[in-house]
Amino acid sequence: MTFINYASREINCKIVYYGPGLCGKTTNLQHIFNATAPQAKGKLISLATETDRTLFFDFMPLELGTVRGFRTRFHLYTVPGQVFYDASRKLILKGVDGVVFVADSQEERMDANIESLYNLEENLKTQGYDLLKLPYVLQLNKRDLPNIIPVEDLAIELGKKSEPVVEAVASTGAGVFDTLKAVAKQVLTELRKG
Amino acid sequence: MPDTPILLREHRYHEIKAVLARLRLDSAARVVLLIDKDGQQIAVQGDAANLDTTSLASLVAGNVAACGGIAQLIGENEFPTLSHEGQRESVHISVIGRLLLVVMFDEQSSLGLVKLRSKQISKQLSTLFDEIIRDGQEDLDSPFAGITDEDIDSLFN
Repeated sequence: MTFINYASREINCKIVYYGPGLCGKTTNLQHIFNATAPQAKGKLISLATETDRTLFFDFMPLELGTVRGFRTRFHLYTVPGQVFYDASRKLILKGVDGVVFVADSQEERMDANIESLYNLEENLKTQGYDLLKLPYVLQLNKRDLPNIIPVEDLAIELGKKSEPVVEAVASTGAGVFDTLKAVAKQVLTELRKG
Repeated sequence: MPDTPILLREHRYHEIKAVLARLRLDSAARVVLLIDKDGQQIAVQGDAANLDTTSLASLVAGNVAACGGIAQLIGENEFPTLSHEGQRESVHISVIGRLLLVVMFDEQSSLGLVKLRSKQISKQLSTLFDEIIRDGQEDLDSPFAGITDEDIDSLFN
């Protein structure tokens, strides 16, 4: 849910990274955090277990710059990917302005991708959203691994509409900012519509 | 249905700040924050220079959302207030519809006083927020209606 503050001349938007367990959602945020100038970002908050699995969410605020005199701030969230944290995922989707689905390109994770994508659609519905109408990007992550499914096959299997599809290797940062840019552009374009 | 966007006009912002300032004074609190349930910070009043209020807003919203989930599991709609007492600093959170009123206080105040003052002011905040939502619905001339693709692209250059 976009928040426009005329007093502080700020637009605040919420973007959620979704996907199956260990697909690289937190790694996306970590790369953005590491590659961004200190003045453009806040703290990266990770509510994780002792083994670094996301327990509730990761969060970082990111300032992209100024549009029409308003500072644009994006609040980036990840959800916990593990199946049994569904209650947490529902909560984090509340007030979302744009979604990135991070798919794991490895063959053996295809079922997990499909299950997570179905879960995303269902959880959005419970919050009153329709994935087909929401700013949305499909990121195909882990393209550096040997046992991956071709991009075309993944796009057919996981594509929901004519969403941007971005190949990525989040661990090296490849495709991470392209993904963010693709979803942020859609969110700002929605603002234009009012 | 998803919540409607919040468009906070300058005069409304100052009205909210005035209400928060009075609460801070009356409850002898250190910092008072108003955020929405999605974790967006609306206004802050008090000595917040060394406080990461953006992270605080996000974590408080997550905390309230998680406690709301617990409430529903035990047959409650939600828990209207939450309190966390530390050795020096404490936090009291009131759920007021879509708003979360966060009061941070130390030994200069007490939980009882903060609870009382927060409750007294919640109706006023709720009314004010209803007016803000109405402002947003009446706002036909979005300042972003004229955003061009070049404006958006310039953010990423």
